[in-house]
Amino acid sequence: MSDRSLLEQLYQSIGVNPHDLWGRLDVARIEIHANRVLGVHLVPGLEVEAESRAEGIAAKIAVRPGAQLAHPVQVCFGMIPDDGVQQIELRIEIGADARAGVVAHCTFPNARNIRHEMDATLEIGPGAEYAYFERHVHGAEGGVLVVPKSKVVVRPGGRYQTDFELIKGRVGRIEIDVEATVEAHGTADVSARVSGRGDDAITIRETAHLVGEHARSALCTSIAVRDRASAEVFNTLTATAPFARGHVDCKEIVQGEAVARAVPIVDVRHPKAHVTHEAAIGSVDAKQLETLMSRGLNEDDAVDLIIEGLLGGKRQRLD
Amino acid sequence: MNTILALRDIVLTLGGKRILDGLTIDFWQGHIHALIGPNGAGKSTTANLIMGLAGYRNFQGDLIYQGESIADWSIDRRARAGITLAWQEPARFEGLSVRRFIQAGAKDRGEARTREVLEDVGLDPDRYLDRAVDRTLSGGERKRIELAGILAMEPKLVLMDEPDSGIDVEALECIFGALRFFKQQGATVIMITHSLAVLRRAEHAFLICSGKVVNKGSVEKISQYFEQKCHSCDDRTPTLAELEDIRVGP
Ligand SMILES: Nc1ncnc2c1ncn2[C@@H]1O[C@H](COP(=O)(O)OP(=O)(O)OP(=O)(O)O)[C@@H](O)[C@H]1O
Ligand SMILES: [Mg+2]
Repeated sequence: MSDRSLLEQLYQSIGVNPHDLWGRLDVARIEIHANRVLGVHLVPGLEVEAESRAEGIAAKIAVRPGAQLAHPVQVCFGMIPDDGVQQIELRIEIGADARAGVVAHCTFPNARNIRHEMDATLEIGPGAEYAYFERHVHGAEGGVLVVPKSKVVVRPGGRYQTDFELIKGRVGRIEIDVEATVEAHGTADVSARVSGRGDDAITIRETAHLVGEHARSALCTSIAVRDRASAEVFNTLTATAPFARGHVDCKEIVQGEAVARAVPIVDVRHPKAHVTHEAAIGSVDAKQLETLMSRGLNEDDAVDLIIEGLLGGKRQRLD
Repeated sequence: MNTILALRDIVLTLGGKRILDGLTIDFWQGHIHALIGPNGAGKSTTANLIMGLAGYRNFQGDLIYQGESIADWSIDRRARAGITLAWQEPARFEGLSVRRFIQAGAKDRGEARTREVLEDVGLDPDRYLDRAVDRTLSGGERKRIELAGILAMEPKLVLMDEPDSGIDVEALECIFGALRFFKQQGATVIMITHSLAVLRRAEHAFLICSGKVVNKGSVEKISQYFEQKCHSCDDRTPTLAELEDIRVGP
């Protein structure tokens, strides 16, 4: 299969017309299939180095100090075949006072036996701002194991935002692990929204260490599980500096024989730090369900729509 | 007259109490009907039972829609056959946009129709389409959106549980507009109300007390209820306080 046709298939699976994107010279992009970078387009201030490995890619993405990227970098990675391994080792450095965003689509439309691992380290420089959004699109079979790990350091006054979404297609098995260390006046907002069915298994660990004065973080997880799917959420916030503020929020919707567990941990070691947590696990609201059914939706479609709203909803942020 | 929906001797017991006690009513195709009566009479229960909501499915008697018993039908099957319900207190949906909510049940899911029904209920589409149907909407706005969704559905039989409660005068005009639309479409309306102004828009009225029809007929005749000439029921007569409560309108 030609690179071009692989790329077109990747884009098609995420519902994007690549020709629109390829025509935009002001928008940076990185396209990765399995262990090969198929396309890179850079804009001033952005640097990318990548090398192929046997089963994946090692890449470094840097945004120069002070650079302000007008548009989010578009990243598309995934695999078209139904089985294989993709390991991505990623180093991201956002220079001091730089501003950048990334919109990543991760797609395995035909997955039957795929393992995708992401090992990322990130450094958000002093006063820098970095927003990362990752959307996963999996096939209907659920044959995917996804293990994304990120370790993040947010330097003083830096802002880090990450949002992970897996709502379309089957999850398979996913183990998300994000750990952020936030220095003085820095912010880390971590959110994940995942919907599982069949025998999908979801494990989410979001951790933030508020180590500097006035450091802030919100860890938000919204999960829906149906059929025999399971979800475990272990979100941890530690605060060791004065005026550190944080919130842990976990919302899980459980239908059918699915099971959900939420274990929020807040660990505060400074009398002037303030951390709160909230966990709610329950089924879809009966009145909502009956309302949509009284408009003619069958029960499954009604549950889908309710969950779509709940998981698609705006992320909670600390002001 | 064509009967679209017939309640036949319906008895519903909830929590050991007979809430509907041999309720028999014929609703006529294309007509606007009002159910009135004191608090706790069983009006909402009747609407919920017709819609087939959970908790209101286990009753004696029969429910005949277009000549067929629908007592065993699920809510969505009834809805696909043209029956729908506007709740007195509509549900709220976190994260679900007004657009998605209206289009979910709409006959025509196009953007133009979606905007049109919002305009019909007096809401500016540019301001509301992308908002969530959640707690940030006021009670009145939520009720207008409920009505917009029902207009878009173009149902055959609309149950409206106190469409006038908690809304302003302008919204009341929207409800009257919706009634005209349903009438034009040949749809049948069953509305529950405590307001004389709304009752006056109906063509037939049923006075319900303790789960029974105690009086029925023209709106003129039944509206005497609002002048405290309520016929006594088997179990109880509405108290004066209840009557004060429901004496609304011009
Ligand atoms: N699930 C239930 N279990 C026990 N009693 C119930 C249940 N649902 C309703 N009832 C009772 O049935 C009676 C009729 O209630 P319903 O809501 O139909 O009254 P209504 O005529 O709509 O009154 P209102 O004008 O106050 O809205 C009330 O006494 C109510 O308390
Ligand atoms: Mg009622």
